[in-house]
Amino acid sequence: MTAKLPPGLKLQKVDERIMTLNVGPQHPGSGHMRLIVQVDGDFIVACDPDPGYVHRGEEKMAEYRNYLFNIPHLERPIIHDSCNILYPYVLAVEEIIGAEVPERAKYVRVIASELNRCVYILYWLGIYGIFLGHSTMFMWPMGDRELFIDLLEKLTGARVTHAYFIPGGVRNDLPANFEDVCLRQVNYFEKRIKEYADIFYNNPILIHRTENTGVLSREDAIRLGTTGSVLRASGVDFDLRTKEPYDAYEELNVNIPVLKEGDSYARSKIPWLDMFESCNIIREALEKMPKSGAVRTKLKPNPRGGDVTVYKRTESGRGSLGCYIVSKNKPEPYRLKLSVPSFRNLIALPYLLKGEKLGNMPAVYWSLNYWPVEADR
Amino acid sequence: MSSDTETKDPETKAPEKKELPAKPEEQLPEFEKGLSDKIVAKFGEKTEVAFVKPDRIRINVKKEDIKDVAIFIRDDLGFDHAESVAGVDFPADKEIEVVYHLGNYTDPKLSRQVLALATRAPREDTPNPGNDSTRLPSLREVFYSVEFHERECFEMLGVYFDGHPDNRRLLLPEDWADLPPLRKDFDSKGR
Repeated sequence: MTAKLPPGLKLQKVDERIMTLNVGPQHPGSGHMRLIVQVDGDFIVACDPDPGYVHRGEEKMAEYRNYLFNIPHLERPIIHDSCNILYPYVLAVEEIIGAEVPERAKYVRVIASELNRCVYILYWLGIYGIFLGHSTMFMWPMGDRELFIDLLEKLTGARVTHAYFIPGGVRNDLPANFEDVCLRQVNYFEKRIKEYADIFYNNPILIHRTENTGVLSREDAIRLGTTGSVLRASGVDFDLRTKEPYDAYEELNVNIPVLKEGDSYARSKIPWLDMFESCNIIREALEKMPKSGAVRTKLKPNPRGGDVTVYKRTESGRGSLGCYIVSKNKPEPYRLKLSVPSFRNLIALPYLLKGEKLGNMPAVYWSLNYWPVEADR
Repeated sequence: MSSDTETKDPETKAPEKKELPAKPEEQLPEFEKGLSDKIVAKFGEKTEVAFVKPDRIRINVKKEDIKDVAIFIRDDLGFDHAESVAGVDFPADKEIEVVYHLGNYTDPKLSRQVLALATRAPREDTPNPGNDSTRLPSLREVFYSVEFHERECFEMLGVYFDGHPDNRRLLLPEDWADLPPLRKDFDSKGR
């Protein structure tokens, strides 16, 4: 090999004992990403995640569009959680252009965000179930998702890509009779997800496969900067809904589930417990919400901000989601950076897989609540 | 998107944004001021406090000092992880800025705080990522969590992090031969 390699590329020595496997990128249960896994027999020696197969350049795109035009395309990285990925962006833009949010809109946002969190978690849970070979756990969440998707469709007009949050409030008010329908659906939904305990979480096969696999200690969870369910499964009580409450979360009682084990089982259980909390939050928000009033403040066309930088973060379905905007007196952001939870949790993957059996890889990988498209942006 | 009836030319709004810089006259939040004062007391001239807002502090440092400041922030102030590493290109200044957003998971007093630590690297008009003067010391030894963020910053803006154990491409393809895409002179096609 005489050709000079580009910087950063290395030729690899072939080992007789260690075999290198490519998992992905053709979505064999990894999402559109590749895991370069080195195995010694049945045990994983090293794992090198290779994301980027669904990189869309959202951050670059945002530099060409004004603050309002950015809304629909910024939710594309994770369409199942589209309200939550827009949340920090909208909060940041409000601070930049100085828009006030009406009290009612704050509650509507919380309701939409919690509904969306459940929709996302159920989608993830379905995939987690099917990749552990539990096809009922794929069918049930997919069916139950429809309850909240219908609600969100009533509320926003779209099933998945809502584009509902805008700077200064939300796009439209609740439709007629929404509160009653929502309350009914939420109560039914809570009954449904209770049944997941019997079929999935108390299932000895699942427990056997996921308990004590991929254990992340509390210290390492902090050191690696993981977030969301991964962090809370390792015993760190950190959730921005209670630690840095935004919008109406300040007035609501939020009890965040925390588990200490740090294994795949705990990581898969946290989102499920989160959904019960979401139901409580929605019920409380429906009760405390002002019954009438505006849901958006009028913005001037093409709003522009001053010469400022803003960093806002909110709790999405996967963890804390940060949005950093550099504004330079223009209608477009000068630079927009999304610090997404999937990308932050990815660093834990090589760490957790080292020494695991290859067969445990799906159980560990999916328990990270990882969404490849969001990580790539 | 917003078809509001109130129409004003962008020019007429110019006076409004003039009012924005007047805000720092307000009382600075005490707790945040205390944190930034500790850094200033330790490093003095080497650091520049860009702003102190509720829950947000921003410190600008020179690239030679960033490691010392980061170690101080970790050990004495208690920030234990990095949330985000954002590179921003400033072609007019011939510099690239890298901003570390640091947070804390364990101390209830600090959990609301995000400390932005910013530094700048020289920028070259014809970049050769990895082999030109656009370099910064890596903070990976101080905050382990910056590993992938710094790799992303390297490929997207061409900032090489000295001391980073794994300066490879992450999101971009290995054979990407164009400019680093988040630089301002890289125009997306059709624009």
